[in-house]
Amino acid sequence: MLNRFMQSRLQGLVVLTLILIILPAFLSNPFHYELATQIAILAATVVGLNLLVGFAGQISLGHAGFFGLGAYFSGIATGTYGWPSVPALVAGAIIVGIIAWIVGRPILRLKGHYLSMATLAVGFIIAIILNNERAITGGPDGMPVPAFEVFGWELSPFGTYSLFGLEISGVQAWYMFSSVILLLAVWFALNLIQSPIGRALRSVKGSEVAASVVGVDTAKYKSLVFVISAIYASLMGGLYAHFQGFITPAIASFEFSILFITMVVLGGMGSTFGVILGAVVLKLLPQVLADFQDLEHVMFGLILMLTMIFMPKGLLPTLTAAVSKRIRKKTGGEA
Amino acid sequence: MLAEFLQYLFTGVTIGATYALIALGFTLIYNASHVINFAQGEFLMIGGMATVSLTAMGVPMVIAIVLAITLAGVLGIALQRFAIAPAKQADVVTLIIITIGASIFIRGIAQLVWGKEYHVMQNFSSDEPIRVFGAVLNSQSLWVLGIGAVVVVALVLFFTKTLIGKAILATSMNKEAARLVGIRTQMVLMLAFMVSALLGSVAGIVVAPITFTSYDIGIILGLKGFVAAAIGGLGSGVGAVVGGLALGIVEAMAAGYISSDYKDAVAFSMILLVLFFMPRGLFGAKVVERV
Repeated sequence: MLNRFMQSRLQGLVVLTLILIILPAFLSNPFHYELATQIAILAATVVGLNLLVGFAGQISLGHAGFFGLGAYFSGIATGTYGWPSVPALVAGAIIVGIIAWIVGRPILRLKGHYLSMATLAVGFIIAIILNNERAITGGPDGMPVPAFEVFGWELSPFGTYSLFGLEISGVQAWYMFSSVILLLAVWFALNLIQSPIGRALRSVKGSEVAASVVGVDTAKYKSLVFVISAIYASLMGGLYAHFQGFITPAIASFEFSILFITMVVLGGMGSTFGVILGAVVLKLLPQVLADFQDLEHVMFGLILMLTMIFMPKGLLPTLTAAVSKRIRKKTGGEA
Repeated sequence: MLAEFLQYLFTGVTIGATYALIALGFTLIYNASHVINFAQGEFLMIGGMATVSLTAMGVPMVIAIVLAITLAGVLGIALQRFAIAPAKQADVVTLIIITIGASIFIRGIAQLVWGKEYHVMQNFSSDEPIRVFGAVLNSQSLWVLGIGAVVVVALVLFFTKTLIGKAILATSMNKEAARLVGIRTQMVLMLAFMVSALLGSVAGIVVAPITFTSYDIGIILGLKGFVAAAIGGLGSGVGAVVGGLALGIVEAMAAGYISSDYKDAVAFSMILLVLFFMPRGLFGAKVVERV
């Protein structure tokens, strides 16, 4: 029974759910909950990005552009025009999806470094527009975003709510909400990977020419996964904007794009749970290093380099490989 | 009218020459090792900042420049030896992240040593601007163009006349074959990174009097150099020079005639347009993918 469970694709999802349920026992103040919520949202974003990078083998150095677009669409639609949150989120995702489809078609013909250059350029252009259109976006100073609300019920980090008779704070409510979102994001990604689309994507990663020879419409699948990962980014950007209550063009910047791609590569390309670990590590590391003050950037750069040099496959794949090697040794090569 | 146009052209060619030097650095490393070095911009920063701080300490400018270039060269060797070489089997993306880590590391140290302020560097010669048909030409622009031209000629001679230059070329064409004929390829790779770092630091030093310099100047200049290299076609020396100059001129014209707010967007729109129609840039090699 345990063996069957270990092999099922739900295994990871169950473990993740347990972690998300147990975690609040270790969170002692609102700041911890805030961090955990941010991590969940960013992790869901990179789960989407990983579909593109890890499974289809295409790089994107401009993903923060889509994240920023989603955030600003939600912010402007709800704040300036008074839309309800959910329609704004959905409309933003549709628009970003369309934009990704339009730019994705020509861009994804490119390979390797040219593709990284082109995606970097798209991200940069989006960030520059957000920075300069002051009348709509508030420019570099940013803009406030109203709290997330569903059917007149508001979810604000500063509110208090009661759930099954228990009183919980706004950040705790957001933590639960973002945990559910993360689980949904992972569930969708895992299903996509196991579907015929997922197989087609992996064939593209293996060899694009071979894939097209056996009849895979590589251009179609590459565009499709690019759009899906952009929609992930847009939705999470919108939620992030509502949670933060204030956004600046920094969330669409090159630095943020680099943060996303680093989460994927550091955690382990192609490992859905690996990239979540990547998001956790990269979001927590600056908190830990903040104690070193001036040395923060030096240490961060050094850790990044060393991890990638010694664990080029990423944290989680390297760790699981080490653990399973141990187990095999103990059981005498039986497993 | 003419004066205005000339003014933008001078600005464009000057900054374009800088982009060309940075792009040549990218090209060199890309050719030798197929790595896109995202830390390339940091060599510029090191060049400019080290020169400024050494002259501030009373070191004569020429000696300060030589020391700054040497420092960048050592850094280039160290980058290859300690960060790139150990990651032999790594993916392209992994290598990109390593060089990004290196750039954060170098920038962190620079911030520690030199602080976050902007630093001003003196012109090499007189501050008196030169007037040409009503347009003003900063004397430093002539230095940038002159030194840029000298560097390009020196590179051409280096690659065609010297044994070391030919060894780098051979390694970039076929690493295994180069090793078979007795070329120490690891040595060659270190050399390529060093030359690339020298190019970057020279660009950083000559342009510093015009743009000022600070610990984070390398990010955007490095990216522009990458754009220039990609416009020209990665791996093409001619492409890097043409791409750099074209990028500088288009950018200056757009800033002058259209909108300076969208100056940076011009560079990135330009690269998208070029890549849409020429997926391998202007002078990129035609490569057939093998299955």
